[in-house]
Amino acid sequence: MVDILAERFTYMPILVLMMIGLYVVFATGNLIKRLVGLSLFQTSVCLFYITMAKVFGGEPPILPESHGGDHGAAAGHAAAAAIYANPLPHVLILTAIVVGVATLSVGLALVVRIRESYGVIEDEALKAADYSRETGASD
Amino acid sequence: MEFLAHLLPAGIAVHAPVLIVAIPLILAPLAALMPNGRLAWGVSMIAAIIVAVLALVLMGEVSISGSGVLSYHLGGWAPPLGIEYRVDALNVPILLLVGLVGLLCTIYALPSVADEIDAEKQPLFYSAFLVCLTGLLGVTITGDAFNVFVFVEISSLSTYTLVAMGGGKDRRALTASYNYLILGTIGATFFVVGVGFLYMATGTLNMADIASVLAENGHNRVTQAAFAFIVVGLGLKAAMFPLHVWLPNAYAYAPNFVTAFLASTATKVAFYVLIRFVFSIFHPEVSFVAISFTWVFAVLGTVGMIAASAQAIFQLDPRRVLAYSSVAQVGYMMLGLGMGTQAGLSAGLLHLMNHAMMKGALFMALGAFAMKFGIRSIKSLNGLGQTMPVAASAFTIAGLSLVGVPLTIGFTSKWYLITAALERGWWWAVAALILSSLLALVYVGRMLAAIWTESPPNHRGKAVVRTPTPLTMLVPIGILAAANIYFFFNADPLVNLANAAAEAMMGGR
Repeated sequence: MVDILAERFTYMPILVLMMIGLYVVFATGNLIKRLVGLSLFQTSVCLFYITMAKVFGGEPPILPESHGGDHGAAAGHAAAAAIYANPLPHVLILTAIVVGVATLSVGLALVVRIRESYGVIEDEALKAADYSRETGASD
Repeated sequence: MEFLAHLLPAGIAVHAPVLIVAIPLILAPLAALMPNGRLAWGVSMIAAIIVAVLALVLMGEVSISGSGVLSYHLGGWAPPLGIEYRVDALNVPILLLVGLVGLLCTIYALPSVADEIDAEKQPLFYSAFLVCLTGLLGVTITGDAFNVFVFVEISSLSTYTLVAMGGGKDRRALTASYNYLILGTIGATFFVVGVGFLYMATGTLNMADIASVLAENGHNRVTQAAFAFIVVGLGLKAAMFPLHVWLPNAYAYAPNFVTAFLASTATKVAFYVLIRFVFSIFHPEVSFVAISFTWVFAVLGTVGMIAASAQAIFQLDPRRVLAYSSVAQVGYMMLGLGMGTQAGLSAGLLHLMNHAMMKGALFMALGAFAMKFGIRSIKSLNGLGQTMPVAASAFTIAGLSLVGVPLTIGFTSKWYLITAALERGWWWAVAALILSSLLALVYVGRMLAAIWTESPPNHRGKAVVRTPTPLTMLVPIGILAAANIYFFFNADPLVNLANAAAEAMMGGR
């Protein structure tokens, strides 16, 4: 049990972050705090991808410099022999970060508009405002 | 069908898979730069026509290609390293659906958007629509699992803004859009966690490659977790029953054009991705996938189609009635998928296409009513049969199709679903289908009764007389309503598309 946990300890903070994020989204009535929770949740997924890229003993995936006048072939051999971290998840996560920023900005823009037309950003108050309008408008 | 492949010069046709995604994306900023809504609509129209033509060309190309699969390597990089766009029997119908319904919706948009959106915001609105179209087409055509996530987010982010544009008329659109954003993002993030697990297990992101690695290495805890995350994530996007709570408000308060477009494309595309993952990446015969058919898709589908239909009956706003009905219709498709047989999947896909046609017509007709009379409750539909007879007739045809009355396509797809359920020996599913159809009869009947039997509303003491509807609205509504009848008498094209797709997924089993 301890072995399993020790081997996978990197997942612990990710899981904790993920659950905190999701909990905040569902537990709070404040629209801004919900977006904060959502960002935490997305960030934990970014970390998840990054940990997945790590290879034990791996180096950054950069071609080693060729020594002296030696060129081409030697460097190629060194590259083939080198253990390097997987660069692909980093690239994927760059995209996901951009998506996260876009989501956050659309969300914040919506909250601004909600504040302009309702005057509140608490879920309960929003529901009450809509309900009173519905009942007030009905005949 | 072969002539379709030769519609365009060969040099362009070769690049059709990428052009269908790139052209709306390139035209989107152009639409935003237009000085007024009318010109921006013109740009969207050009994009929609090109997309529809390219979708037809792709269908033609797939039908003449020997393998039935069209693979396009983006930038000349061969898969699995490069990104692949892949057109096969399963996504051809979805591409056609998005392309053709997108075209009809764009025609419809001109008067509807001019009525509902502030003049200075219209170019931006059309621009967001084109980005949404790009995203939906991209999700459908890509063969790369991570690419799906990117396109899902492209379409979703633009959808949130499109829904929120209804805020000018009804401020509840803003909260609806916000809730959709929260749930949609959670769904997409779940999906991307699932894709991450798949990547951990297989080391590749190309869908076909993932499938072959999984078939070779077998499944373990990691792929099971991936499956669960992906099903939940896509279920949220497709409004699968307990994950549908974002849908009714988003559909009810969005601008009418947006609702008509989303109701007939967005959830369908998400459902397509679900089929793609469940059937061609995970194998339907793997034990945990097979269990999920019966105990997740079929059960949730059945509960969904009854519960959502029952909820639809108690709604006051006609758009909310139809929105809940959409959730119920997703239930039918889930049930078809859950049967796990070729006949079931084919019936589910057939219902997917048919539902796009009926819901498109219904929401478009409601939009036409709303433009003239401002529909708030079922009561405001009173007497529209006399004031707007053409749109009301189209609404009636599509409504009857939703119930599944013979002579409409709704009957065809329910017939196939029931046949497939009986073949599988699921009598309870047949009972649920019939019960749900009866509930549909109640909620559609309420609206139709208001339209045809009540007298028109009084305006300053006089009954309102016949009101003309703009031709740009009537034509797409009419085409969709006519399609609802035409494809009953000539169901073969749709049934063949659905069968070919199901066969490609099940490998002829």
